[in-house]
Amino acid sequence: MKLRSILMASVMTAGALGLTSGAIAAEDKEIQMLHWWTSGGEAAALNVLKQDLAKEGYAWKDVPIAGGGGEGAMTALKAMVAAGNPPTASQILGYFAVDYAEAGKLGDISSLAKKEDWAKVVPQALQKFTTTDGKWDAVPVNIHSVNWVWINKSVMDKIGGTEPKNFDDFVALLGKAKAAGVIPLALGGQPWQEATLFDSVVASTGGIEFYKKAFVDLDEGALKSDTMKKSFDNLAKLRDYVDPNYAGRDWNLATAMVIKGDALVQVMGDWAKGEFRAANKEAGKDFLCYRFPGTDGSVIYNTDMFAMFKVSADRQGAQLALADATMSPSFQSAFNVVKGSVPARMDVPDTAFDMCGKKGIADVKAANAAGTFVGSMAQNYAQPPAVAGAYHDVVTKFFHGEIKTSDAAVAELDKALNNAK
Amino acid sequence: MSAADLITSPPAREPARHSNLTRVVIYGLLLLFAFVYLIPLVVMVMTSLKPLDEVTGGNMFALPHHLTFDPWVQAWGEARIGVSDTAGIAGYFWNSIKMVVPAVAISTMLGALNGYVLTKWRFPGHKLVFGMMLFACFIPFQSVIIPMAVILGYLGEIGNSLIDATGYAFGFGNPTVNLVIVHVIYGLGFTTLFFRNYYEAFPTELVKAAQIDGASFFQIFRRILLPNSTPIIIVTVIYQFTNIWNDFLFGSTFAAGDSSPMTVALNNLVNTSTGIVEYNVNMAAAIIAAGPTLFVYIVGGRYFVRGLMAGAVKG
Amino acid sequence: MTVSVAPTVVKTTRARRGLARQRLQNLLPKLVLAPSFILVLVFVYGFNLWTFFLSFTNSKAFASTHLVGLLNYRRLWDWTFQSDPPSNWYTAIVNMGLFGGLYVFFCLVLGLTLAILLDQKIRGEGILRPIYLYPLALSFIVTGTAWKLFLDPGIGLEKAMHDWGWTSFHFDWVVNPRMMIYCVAIAGIWQTSGFVMAMFLAGLRGVDGEIIKAAQIDGASAFQTYRRIIIPIMRPVFLSAIIILTHMAIKSYDLVLSVTGKNPGGAAELPSTFMYSFTFTRNQMAVGSTAAVIMLMTIAAIMVPYLYSELREKGR
Repeated sequence: MKLRSILMASVMTAGALGLTSGAIAAEDKEIQMLHWWTSGGEAAALNVLKQDLAKEGYAWKDVPIAGGGGEGAMTALKAMVAAGNPPTASQILGYFAVDYAEAGKLGDISSLAKKEDWAKVVPQALQKFTTTDGKWDAVPVNIHSVNWVWINKSVMDKIGGTEPKNFDDFVALLGKAKAAGVIPLALGGQPWQEATLFDSVVASTGGIEFYKKAFVDLDEGALKSDTMKKSFDNLAKLRDYVDPNYAGRDWNLATAMVIKGDALVQVMGDWAKGEFRAANKEAGKDFLCYRFPGTDGSVIYNTDMFAMFKVSADRQGAQLALADATMSPSFQSAFNVVKGSVPARMDVPDTAFDMCGKKGIADVKAANAAGTFVGSMAQNYAQPPAVAGAYHDVVTKFFHGEIKTSDAAVAELDKALNNAK
Repeated sequence: MSAADLITSPPAREPARHSNLTRVVIYGLLLLFAFVYLIPLVVMVMTSLKPLDEVTGGNMFALPHHLTFDPWVQAWGEARIGVSDTAGIAGYFWNSIKMVVPAVAISTMLGALNGYVLTKWRFPGHKLVFGMMLFACFIPFQSVIIPMAVILGYLGEIGNSLIDATGYAFGFGNPTVNLVIVHVIYGLGFTTLFFRNYYEAFPTELVKAAQIDGASFFQIFRRILLPNSTPIIIVTVIYQFTNIWNDFLFGSTFAAGDSSPMTVALNNLVNTSTGIVEYNVNMAAAIIAAGPTLFVYIVGGRYFVRGLMAGAVKG
Repeated sequence: MTVSVAPTVVKTTRARRGLARQRLQNLLPKLVLAPSFILVLVFVYGFNLWTFFLSFTNSKAFASTHLVGLLNYRRLWDWTFQSDPPSNWYTAIVNMGLFGGLYVFFCLVLGLTLAILLDQKIRGEGILRPIYLYPLALSFIVTGTAWKLFLDPGIGLEKAMHDWGWTSFHFDWVVNPRMMIYCVAIAGIWQTSGFVMAMFLAGLRGVDGEIIKAAQIDGASAFQTYRRIIIPIMRPVFLSAIIILTHMAIKSYDLVLSVTGKNPGGAAELPSTFMYSFTFTRNQMAVGSTAAVIMLMTIAAIMVPYLYSELREKGR
């Protein structure tokens, strides 16, 4: 029978395969890198790093798993670590780095960090995630911040709008756009996007100190306060300015609406700038970037890091080379120009950056000095993933009307965050 | 009439004498369903043949103004995935084939043997064993991943010591072999189910007779059951091939990187975290990725019916 | 009996090797089954035990052995009844009922209908069959996105209808959190019903023609023949189909997230997304494990009696 012979043949191939491809060569000069930067701009930026390392004789073994905030990549990472086979380094976010560090899975690159004096050039707040008990075990690639608004300039001119200075200004501006028949606010109705928007709304409504108290300290009084209720009320106001089809929209489609002039403004982290760049739009000419109205002077940040895993001695040289290359000012500049974010080193010159990038770099420096440089709750930089997840739940349910009043939202937020602590 | 139609010509039994009106209704319904089922494919194909600005600007049902095959070329061999040296999904095709063929073959074989034992060589407790294997189909995959990774990690260590001792790992620790193992294990429940239910209807008297004639366990299986199993082999192969070929979770967790199957590459192509979404390339990639499975359906489908004709058990 | 049997099998020499061989012959079937069964025991039931253990711990990002008693169960128990605002778990259960019910039911109905229609001596069956089957071949990763675009009122169906002049056409389920889950069901049914059709078609073709002839001679209509005779004969096919569909309904993950766009408003939560996000994204592995245990027990409560009755009846 033909079928059976096919089956037999394939069983035999399986056997042969096992015999031939099982041997793995010693890999001292190889850098195994897990990440989710697969799209054009990011991959191009990462390629710079690959080239830099190739010059030093290191081979880059790419392990990309795309998808949102790296959910798939994080699952794979967990499996690799559980199998006792961690990558040289992995892209990682916020408290996930802390988890791996606490579990003793991360390596130690302190020697290099001391030599290069990273502690001086990396903002203190970031070092919470890149060091454990004074030991460096991760390197920051960039600093993103979420309290930005991105505005289509020609639409802005058409409706005669000016830069909004506070939340009420912002609502008035959105109202103008609505009257002119443009979609005022381009929003992707996904939990993380709504939560990211709410980060800014809270900081704008209650000020950055209130934000810190509520989200960094999880202060009971702040969480249940009238200011929090007002923040939810403000969020509800914004709901009147989104188009009816916002639910489930990806963030880059929302950005595209602003780029095309279908919508006036998007509230989004500075990765949105990468989209404008990719569409050949110029900051100041085609689009405008302001801090979320009422949050000027503070930076609600998140950062991409490369976590350095505990690897055998023969792989540590490659690991240090990767860390060194990542922290080199030239790479930090080149990468972040493309990505839309700002360098994680504060001593990188801003000459290569556009208007928004320059503002971003200046803002980070100022905020770091003034103590208004705070982690994003929505992005896992204020609280561990369990709490951040509960935060997403409450905000998205409120935004989509499952939680009906701001009173109920405040009560639910307090309950959910405490429950997840 | 094509050759395929000759092969798949209807069965030689009765219940199909219909009036012309009934025929019209039957054909009408079948074509209506076919139309509805085809809409998404038509949209995907048309999208894949349009330049990007036409996709994002225009009506998704409109025919392409500027017909282009670029997205197909890109999806196959040009689109960069991550910063690896392989471009497009072409390079990952072979990874998937290497994984899917042995996994389907082994799990189908084991399923056939299990079904044979569970119906024709029953022992006390055979129902419990079958029930337990069936219930295994429902294990939630997220609780499998970590313990599985630990076990695969042990296999990797065995492989390393084998390399030290003999210079060969004998497949231990090889990501493709790992994926084959995982897919075989979690496919067993289904393949056993298919064959057991099929052999259930297979006349036991035949097996008994052969036994009396002195045929051994494997002889009976090879000479009596297997030759009559074509339809169920086809159903099983279709099912297993589709599931394993399209698996993303196991592929991405246990074989990320160079040896990742095509779905992982497809995901990396489609699921861009930033950047313009190239719907046309995505759709082309999806259709290319489905190619082998479609091939199995069309080729398998022909065997499937012919096999049924030849092997139909008549009272 | 007209089963095709290779003639070589009919051997006249009787086995005379005695007890040893006899014993081996008796043992052989069990030896053949044993590897599969052991694999299932270890990799399914062993892992389930592990999950069961984790559900009593405070495991977060990694497995922990610190026991916390029934804390996680109490948490899920509370969530089970929290409907205003709905907890994610509550939504997951309700959606599982809606989605699972619709999905299994319509796949069975459509699959059986198509199989019966195709079984009427149809010309071009070789073309039609793959048309119904092809959706299964397409990866969830992309079909989900395609469906989302197709159903999106601003880009897809509704816009096309408006462009063509049917301006009163309105279909916005995919952006309405309350209706989203039905869109997932539609995409799911489109994807799988073809395979169910194939299973039923295989079953139909296996039905003995003589029985049908006899029924027709007795004056049964085509409808009656199917209802009274053919469908009851195909009970094992129903068993296979229901197991496959339940399994797919429970494990649907990519499809849900891509059709709904990452679960806006938490409205498209399903047990699969719930378990996955708690285990891997939110680092509350213990809660994810507890949900997995409860899901398994619920499935057991539904499937075990069904399996029991099916297997008992078939056992000869």
